[in-house]
Amino acid sequence: MSLLSVRNLQVLFAGEHGEFAAVDDVSFDLAPGEVLGIVGESGSGKSVTALSIMGLLPRPPARVARGSIVFEGEDLLRYGERDLRRIRGPGIGMIFQEPMTSLNPVFTIGDQLMETVRVHERAGQKRQRDRAVEMLDKVGIAGAERRLDDYPHQLSGGMRQRVMIAMALICNPRLLIADEPTTALDVTIQQQILELLLDLREEFRMAIMIITHNMGVVAETADRVIVMYAGRLVEQAPVDGLFARPAHPYTRGLLDSIPKLSDERERLKTIPGTLPNPASVPPGCRFEPRCAWRVGACAAAVPPLAAIAAGHDSACIRHRELPVQ
Amino acid sequence: MGRVILNRVLGSIPVILIVTLITFGLMRAIPGDVSAALGGVSSTLAERELIRKNLGLDQPWYVQLTKWYAGLARGDLGRSIFLGKDVTQATFERLPVTVSLSIYALVLTLIFGMVSGVLAALRQNSWVDQAAMMFAMIGVSMPNFWLGLMMIVLFSVQLGWLPTGGYIPFTQDPIGWLRSATMPAISLALLQIGLLARITRSTMLEVLRQDYIRTARAKGLPNYLVVGKHALANTMIPVVTVIGIIVSLLISGAVVTESVFSIPGVGQLLTSAILNRDYPMIQGGLLFVTMLLVGINILVDVAYAWLDPRVRYEGG
Ligand SMILES: Nc1ncnc2c1ncn2[C@@H]1O[C@H](COP(=O)(O)OP(=O)(O)OP(=O)(O)O)[C@@H](O)[C@H]1O
Ligand SMILES: [Mg+2]
Repeated sequence: MSLLSVRNLQVLFAGEHGEFAAVDDVSFDLAPGEVLGIVGESGSGKSVTALSIMGLLPRPPARVARGSIVFEGEDLLRYGERDLRRIRGPGIGMIFQEPMTSLNPVFTIGDQLMETVRVHERAGQKRQRDRAVEMLDKVGIAGAERRLDDYPHQLSGGMRQRVMIAMALICNPRLLIADEPTTALDVTIQQQILELLLDLREEFRMAIMIITHNMGVVAETADRVIVMYAGRLVEQAPVDGLFARPAHPYTRGLLDSIPKLSDERERLKTIPGTLPNPASVPPGCRFEPRCAWRVGACAAAVPPLAAIAAGHDSACIRHRELPVQ
Repeated sequence: MGRVILNRVLGSIPVILIVTLITFGLMRAIPGDVSAALGGVSSTLAERELIRKNLGLDQPWYVQLTKWYAGLARGDLGRSIFLGKDVTQATFERLPVTVSLSIYALVLTLIFGMVSGVLAALRQNSWVDQAAMMFAMIGVSMPNFWLGLMMIVLFSVQLGWLPTGGYIPFTQDPIGWLRSATMPAISLALLQIGLLARITRSTMLEVLRQDYIRTARAKGLPNYLVVGKHALANTMIPVVTVIGIIVSLLISGAVVTESVFSIPGVGQLLTSAILNRDYPMIQGGLLFVTMLLVGINILVDVAYAWLDPRVRYEGG
């Protein structure tokens, strides 16, 4: 049974010219303990998908128009605020891109860690404190006991992201959503944080949904990948299958844009063109205007997600014709 | 922290001295002098000359100024020419009146301004928001003397619920104090309530958009903690600076309010001192008011540092 099952999710945003879909007909599953990578360019709807799961979409302008988000057998979209609060923390934890601004500047990190325990469990002051120290220890903060009284501004970006991870995991969630957890960090720190996340996954036996636009991060961490483009899911596959045989031109474009150490001086290949304006998306395949493989049929109808191998789906009608790389 | 306060206190001394200098200069720049008021309209030039001589006003300005500073150094601000009292004593008789009125108005401002600002932000664009902001608009645009007069007409003259003016000290009769101070405090506070409500609302809206608020929600905190703890603590940082300005405005606004409601406070004391050219009284009275305002500003800085750890740690 899957831990999380998203079906036909559609999220609409109120724009100047009426509503538009930032996430459209997205379905995917996540097994317990699995690491799922979600990739796509900026604006493809990754964060909106994550925030829908948490029930944290800004309302207005956003609303979930269709679909279901079943977590451990319960549809979160039917939950009221009170039930969602029970899930946030002990069920699903979340960390964000900006460690510099994601912690409250006026409270100590000890306070911010302990209050999470306090609202979810009946635990005394002492127990809350012990848990906070234990978690800081686990995320690799030296001298955890002394760090409790520090304010966020006294910590570096990498340390703050560690604190964020400690905070997200302090109530033992079954799922951690990490929305670009390393984008804002130095390359060396990025590596450490990714390793930490993988270690903690073992220890806490949780699933991780890692959102990124960096294919390198996916290769390193994910078991399975879903690729999003302009609010739609265009390909999903086990990580090996995706890298061995990417079955969508957009995925190929993303893979070509991974910087390789060997040809450092060569210019990074990027996909020509930009994301379509969400208010006026092409009627057929949304990638069609930018696609080197497009044919007349691509613009005619939205291509369905079709299985091409075990656990490997692509939304490209010409996936069979793409050359083997 | 202690060092910071000490630095601020020492740093404010030049400010206070400059204000006394400006006061001195302005008073001499205004035509007319005390001898006419003291001697009466029928006094002769010779009589007036004598009065001036007795008061030392015939001496060059720099001698007078030096004498005043010498007195200040000894803690002696001289005697009021008209009241026949020590300036310090006269000021301290009146100060509690103005201060208690200002505090009353400040309490009203904090309660109504902050509460309506926060509620308006939480219910942005709802009828609560619109009603609060319309009320704030009225508060900001209505002159407080006019509001005072209208309240007197309604509650004192028409309904007879409250006295038209005068002042009863709190220590003497708390209920009487409340009756005499409520209308003045409301007319003094209304503008500030509007100001504070608007600033609290916009600051709160800004804070609610911050990443750490999303983090607090993502941890599953209940709304009262997200708003009442995480958002409010950050909203208070800029708001406290505004409160400092509001206190200064309240004290200066008290001058007008005191004359509308015939309240014997420092405002009234200084107004009549200025009309009569009672130099020592003006000079000394304004010195105390300046010190009061400077002290409030220091308190605001302390509160600011206390609220914001980033400032606190910088200051050492
Ligand atoms: N607060 C918002 N107001 C209006 N539109 C929004 C808002 N947040 C997201 N959107 C819309 O949803 C689309 C998808 O946004 P989303 O944040 O999910 O992108 P993303 O894939 O996470 O990109 P990034 O890599 O930049 O984080 C955006 O292009 C935008 O049109
Ligand atoms: Mg995003």
